[in-house]
Amino acid sequence: MGLLTFKGGVHPYDGKELSKNYPVEKYLPQGEMVYPLSQHIGAPAVPVVGKGDRVLAGQKIADAGGFVSAPIHASVSGIVKGIESRLNATGSMVNSIIIENDQQYESVEYIPAPLESLTKEQILARIRDGGVVGMGGAGFPTHVKLAPKDPDKIEYVLVNGAECEPYLTSDYRRMLEEPEKIVEGLRVMLTIFDHAKGYICIEDNKPDCIAKLKELVKDIPRMEVKEMMTKYPQGGERTLIYAATGREINSSMLPADVGCVVDNVDTVVAIYQAVILGMPVMSRIVTVTGDGIQNPKNFTVLCGTCMEELLTASGGLKTGTAKVISGGPMMGFAMYQLNVPCTKTTSAFLCLEKDPVSQAHQTACINCGRCVSVCPGHVLPARLATFAEHGNMEAFQKFDGMECCECGCCSYVCPAKRPLTQSIKSMRKMVLASRRKK
Amino acid sequence: MEQMLNVSSNPHVRDKMTTSRIMQLVALALLPTTLFGVWNFGLHALLVVLVSVASSVAFEWLYDYLMHKPNTVTDFSAVVTGLLLGLNMPPQIPLWMPVLGSGFAIIIVKQLFGGLGQNFMNPALAGRCFLMISFAGKMTDFSVKKNFGGVIDAVTGATPLAALKAQGFAEGSVPVQNLFLGNIQGTIGETSAIAILIGAVILLGFKIIDLKVPLTYICSFAVFVILYMLFSGMGFDVNYLFSHLFGGGLMLGAWFMATDYVTTPITPRGQLFYGCILGILTAVFRLFGGSAEGVSYAIIFCNLLVPVIERLTRPTAFGKGGKA
Repeated sequence: MGLLTFKGGVHPYDGKELSKNYPVEKYLPQGEMVYPLSQHIGAPAVPVVGKGDRVLAGQKIADAGGFVSAPIHASVSGIVKGIESRLNATGSMVNSIIIENDQQYESVEYIPAPLESLTKEQILARIRDGGVVGMGGAGFPTHVKLAPKDPDKIEYVLVNGAECEPYLTSDYRRMLEEPEKIVEGLRVMLTIFDHAKGYICIEDNKPDCIAKLKELVKDIPRMEVKEMMTKYPQGGERTLIYAATGREINSSMLPADVGCVVDNVDTVVAIYQAVILGMPVMSRIVTVTGDGIQNPKNFTVLCGTCMEELLTASGGLKTGTAKVISGGPMMGFAMYQLNVPCTKTTSAFLCLEKDPVSQAHQTACINCGRCVSVCPGHVLPARLATFAEHGNMEAFQKFDGMECCECGCCSYVCPAKRPLTQSIKSMRKMVLASRRKK
Repeated sequence: MEQMLNVSSNPHVRDKMTTSRIMQLVALALLPTTLFGVWNFGLHALLVVLVSVASSVAFEWLYDYLMHKPNTVTDFSAVVTGLLLGLNMPPQIPLWMPVLGSGFAIIIVKQLFGGLGQNFMNPALAGRCFLMISFAGKMTDFSVKKNFGGVIDAVTGATPLAALKAQGFAEGSVPVQNLFLGNIQGTIGETSAIAILIGAVILLGFKIIDLKVPLTYICSFAVFVILYMLFSGMGFDVNYLFSHLFGGGLMLGAWFMATDYVTTPITPRGQLFYGCILGILTAVFRLFGGSAEGVSYAIIFCNLLVPVIERLTRPTAFGKGGKA
């Protein structure tokens, strides 16, 4: 059987060997905890605690601010110090709840429930109350994703274990250490969608995970493990759906339009914990890695922990480290300040000793077409970037600029070192803004 | 935190391939046929190539210097242009001609239109055609005075294609093995199919080019020639086909000049289309036109069609109804 994949994509240095063999360690935070009210796509959460309140771990401190939104829970016990604007990993200031950790870890009581006893509505309610959002990075509220217009039309539930971003190993460790939770989470999802098959999609550079999960699901009806070719961006939503099912969606469609639901492995584990154990999302696995950190590691981190503490726990930055990135090297955010909190969507901190971007010398486009051949969206990045640089919004849209998924393949491969993705990204933002105005 | 951290938009890693490395690899891939040309045609051929490369680089530098532009000699594109121009010259050409050709190629065709990436036709071929039109006699004199072995029948100075054109097809005019090896008349770099194919393998191996343009070009050309043979009443003849495939500039043109990035469509379907038009036009120029050769004119003519081809062959975006 040929490996499942898509047309386009790149093979950057994957760097996973730096951290993949370190079992996940639990990290207990030292300093104050910061909970941004926007850790998800949609309306910010609304605080339900005030300054001076004592909260317990697992207690809801902010409620969903609308349908497309998610509540936020305290991950430690302590006193609310205030609600103020704080820097987050993407470089913007976000209203956040600050909690002084009392190091007691006194927690609320979680109410478990066996899956058989729950109706579909109750399952969705428990997912919503657990504050589950897409933990692969997008942060889309999961209860919204799992409630499409016509649940009977969903044919595939895809568990995204591709982890195609170089350097990242949090999903890898999750699949290796707690595969049972993934299978149980998928079982919950399949209970919502009666007619769906569950595919756990993993790139073939993780044969140990594939073997483990295959063994676990071999006797479970409607569950399969799908091996995918190791190629970036295999784990992108559109490319993953195409590889697993042969179906295509464009930027104005949802996976549900082609009968699919896609969730990251960490999200599936969160679903299991929220539905079966009654535990909200309070922690996640974060990879601290790169050639700029002393000891690369994988941590279970309580949401709200300051990332600077994690770097210290990994032996600190090497002197002269040029760049620290929240997320992976292809789609992550470069950070200028390190005192930002880990959130539900923080997958990694990547520390690079050298910054190839600032060292690159831009030359003229020679029309070589490499960007076109790697583009998973099948657009013409070289042309789109030129339209963007000229401010030509009309041509940009006519040439399907809005179909770009900002994966970064074009910039990666460009021999003239043009910042193609950056130009296209900026123009997409401008187009979206102008559409909102109308 | 005392350290200053760099901030930039994603992605934060870059491939190692650069423009100047691509150009260096193209120059490397041209070496086999250059060396063969020198063996085949003698020392003067080497001088022609060296003068051509040196003058191209000099014009590039001079233009940048006079116009107060950043120095672009380091991207090696002028080296490739000069090399290709030199390889497209007859072996006994006076040395002032490659200098004139380089000047036209670099200054007029490339720099005046905005430099690398902006030229609308292949500079080396435009330079050659400029010389061809201005000095037709010198540009089609393929006699060889003194060489290291190599070319046989040095005196008459007719290329296999010119012989075909002038005398019609005669049985066994040029042995097939000579067409492959290249010890025949022609421009310095076009005669040896084997040396050119070694270069092509280098380009393919380093993923500088893919097969789309060269294969469609050669195949559509071959099909057209075969059809011509069948319908003109001469009957199918392998030797005639091989004379056309390997006896002129087709190999050098298809692998090294039709694949020039700047003057080739960026769309995958457009490249297939472009290759097909090239093959047909080359065949038409050669079989029905006034001159024996047709590759150079076909390529620079198709260069002009590139914007139209690109517009007609824009790929369908993922998820917009096209087949992946």
